[in-house]
Amino acid sequence: MVRYLPSVGMEVHAELKTRSKMFCRCPVAFGGEPNTRVCPVCLGLPGALPVPNRAAVEMVVRTALALNCQIAYDSVFHRKNYFYPDLPKGYQVSQYGETNPIGYQGWLGIPVKGGGTKRIAIRRVHLEEDTGKLMHLPSGGSGVDFNRAGVPLMEIVTEFPPDIESADEARDYLVQLRSILVWLGVCDGKMEEGSLRCEPNISIRPEGSDRHGVKTELKNLNSFRAVHQGVLFEVARQSAVLDRGERVVQETRGWNESTQTSFVMRTKESEQDYRYFACPDLAPMHFEKDWVERQRSELPELPLAMQERFQRQFGLNAEHSGLLVSDRDWAEFFEESVRLGGDAQVVCNWMNADFAKLLNESGQRARRDAQEDDSTASLVTPAHLADISRLILNGTVNSKVAKQLLGEAFATGAMPSRLVEQRGLTQVSDASLIQDAVARVIEDNPGPVDQFRSGKEGVIGFLVGKVMRETEGRANPSLVQEEMRRQLEK
Amino acid sequence: MLTQLSASELAAKLKSRETSAIEVAEAHLARIDQMDGEVGAYLEVCREAALESARLAQARLDEHTDGPLTGIPIAVKDNLSTLGIETTCASRILEGYVPPFDATVVSKLKEAGMVLLGKTNLDEFAMGTSCENSALKVTRNPWDPDRSPGGSSGGSAAAVAAELAPMALGSDTGGSIRMPAALCGIVGFKPTYGRVSRYGLVAFGSSLDQVGPLARTVEDAASLAAAVSGHDPSDSTSLRDSAIRTDGLKNGSLKGVKVGLPKQLMSDAVQPGVRDAFDMALEALVREGALVDEVDLPSIEYGVTTYYVIAPAEASSNLARFDGIRFGAQRTGEGHIGNVSATRGQLFGHEVKLRIMVGTYALSAGYYDDYYVRAQQVRSMMSDEFNRAFSDYDCLLSPTSPVVAFRLGELRDDQMALKMLDLCTIPANLGGFPSISLPCGFSQDLPVGMCLTGPVNSDERLLQIAYACEQGLPWGYRRPPMP
Repeated sequence: MVRYLPSVGMEVHAELKTRSKMFCRCPVAFGGEPNTRVCPVCLGLPGALPVPNRAAVEMVVRTALALNCQIAYDSVFHRKNYFYPDLPKGYQVSQYGETNPIGYQGWLGIPVKGGGTKRIAIRRVHLEEDTGKLMHLPSGGSGVDFNRAGVPLMEIVTEFPPDIESADEARDYLVQLRSILVWLGVCDGKMEEGSLRCEPNISIRPEGSDRHGVKTELKNLNSFRAVHQGVLFEVARQSAVLDRGERVVQETRGWNESTQTSFVMRTKESEQDYRYFACPDLAPMHFEKDWVERQRSELPELPLAMQERFQRQFGLNAEHSGLLVSDRDWAEFFEESVRLGGDAQVVCNWMNADFAKLLNESGQRARRDAQEDDSTASLVTPAHLADISRLILNGTVNSKVAKQLLGEAFATGAMPSRLVEQRGLTQVSDASLIQDAVARVIEDNPGPVDQFRSGKEGVIGFLVGKVMRETEGRANPSLVQEEMRRQLEK
Repeated sequence: MLTQLSASELAAKLKSRETSAIEVAEAHLARIDQMDGEVGAYLEVCREAALESARLAQARLDEHTDGPLTGIPIAVKDNLSTLGIETTCASRILEGYVPPFDATVVSKLKEAGMVLLGKTNLDEFAMGTSCENSALKVTRNPWDPDRSPGGSSGGSAAAVAAELAPMALGSDTGGSIRMPAALCGIVGFKPTYGRVSRYGLVAFGSSLDQVGPLARTVEDAASLAAAVSGHDPSDSTSLRDSAIRTDGLKNGSLKGVKVGLPKQLMSDAVQPGVRDAFDMALEALVREGALVDEVDLPSIEYGVTTYYVIAPAEASSNLARFDGIRFGAQRTGEGHIGNVSATRGQLFGHEVKLRIMVGTYALSAGYYDDYYVRAQQVRSMMSDEFNRAFSDYDCLLSPTSPVVAFRLGELRDDQMALKMLDLCTIPANLGGFPSISLPCGFSQDLPVGMCLTGPVNSDERLLQIAYACEQGLPWGYRRPPMP
């Protein structure tokens, strides 16, 4: 049986999180009544002219820098000419050429199992405008919604031959890319809403061959999982085609989420001629080197680098640190809490477990800073978690009490150490109190005590629990455990 | 008669209360009623709106909140978008299209208190030299109804020459203001590319198109240019600090002005009668002190060919939006592409389709480098050559058109000859230079125009020189043989 090596090129479109569209002042938003966010410019009315959105251009420069690209100091917009009902002007303003896109020849690191990263080469990061959307009308026939037309769209394409060689890598690439885009604040990354769209092209070749096979392009992938499953499916499908002695046909295929299979959308008979030429309505862009370098120096530390640093600096494991860098505000919350005296591991544990759960349940988010005035931000600040971390480590409270304190802080914003002072919630470490409580529990539970003594040591947890209940959770659990074992083994 | 007065004369009478804006508007509307049946300059006359804006203009005059052009009537070429007024580009594909916005220049006219009389005829989408490519109407030359007014701003030129408006706006992609101005015996000015906003001008060749004035005097052309020019944040190609000033217009003279005569524009293609009228005017300018010298600009030979690659290439893309989906007329066929090709196939005229095909070809893979890229190289070479000449000369001078107004239909079957008529005017569009045509004499009792072209951003200086020329050529302007 021949073994095949997959190659996956990734073409990702990210809608930029600007306030207004690429070439007009219409607002950028999702959903809403059709054709309510349109004007002569994005409808392509005769005589209307584009004015480029500076914020969008800057976002692409920042992304290109974060993806280790060369920056085209002189970059122009081109017209890509073709007819389609969702394309108002009969051309899309885009960027063509090898070294003309704002960013070119970059790379993105993806984590490798067992540590380290693999570099995925990126060919281009360019800026264009989104199209409208075709819709089927209830009355039959079709209509076009131009609300999306002209939304700034960034296209990120990997280099050929592709470095991505498996479905796992394809997914990991997209996970990393999305995380960077969201981290930089340039895209909201909502694949289900289409603000981040991924079209992998997949080919396979027999092991040992250096000639790349015929590729198929896959569309309609609305989640990381779909990208993973879709690539797996295509690799298997193409392998079966080759095994039967047939040829893979160059085509665009759609992913069917419910059947987990791909289907033919269109076969590429010939390469379409888009007749690219520099758009005469838009002045060429020029970026000063100093300005680009300032943008570079102002880039934040990126998630993968930060995750590696958290592992190095705080001794956190890959999973824990990975959760911390899943969101930039979250990571910054963690660092701030540690800066305020919290223990990294303790803060990390509490953030990823109890605090995350509270936020999830309430629909709130971690606040960016203590001064922030926003009803969707949680009242818990990095100082609260640093406080809890201190209370736990110096033995003032046990984790059960700490959990209550966090709950209260979440509800009212009260500082845990203040609550401890006010209510005398200090953990009981007094040996004689613990001795008495343990003795009482042993006396009241002869059954479990016998079980323990006949070798069922696991029952000790039940007995310790009884003590904790008796002390209203304030007893130091490790001291209780120790004392229980001592008395039982007496 | 009010309609015989220039805009500056009308403005003086309005300010001195010798007449009112309403009287001026009514006089022009009456003359349109009387004469435009023969001329055919207007595609649409906005009678009620004109009278309403005349009343508003009079109120401003009465309140002394008026500007230099308040109450002056104007005609606007029908490829400039007008809010609430059908804008057809003289094409059947845009029949019924009413823009929801004003072109920036139209907003500026309204802010100035001008009175929009109506929309004028043109070659369909401004593609032509005779106005005969209009799908909607025939416009006749006020000097001879059997002759073309020139194009593509033929309606605007005929309206101004026939005194159906004291001034008009046109657009100039390869000579479309200057050529009809010359053939109708009036002044037409194409400013430096970027000094007048293109926002709302239905694009033909975006890198060449420029809006500009047509009027019967240089002074009027200058004051209209001043009113519509200036930076527009809605047009990315609009220049900063681009308002055209008129304060020094009358302060110049021709004494010591260095004028270059491009050898390549004095070829055999120029009709002898045009040549004679031009030479006579030239002698007058020399008498006034102009220093005239022949200049060799070999790239001019490639001007027309270069233009007929670049302009159609841009047009092929600019006109892609006319697909019948969002605005204008529609025809149906099989499926989406069927609808689009039925709409475009049936509703675009022959010349428009021809240019779309030429432009599509020039941009196609395999031909792009040989045609479009090469044309752009010639274009920049030509600009360099002209800029070198401008270091020695204040302006370049030639006849505007090598011929006087031709008979309607005369050149319909000789497309090449028709296109070669733009020889003298095209370089200004390729280089973005300001260029003005003014009447300089007559041949066969038909007007002859001369064309002055200056370096980029020399608009004020060029107008000053043109004004001085006009003063030195008192026989240049004449009323056409109309009542």
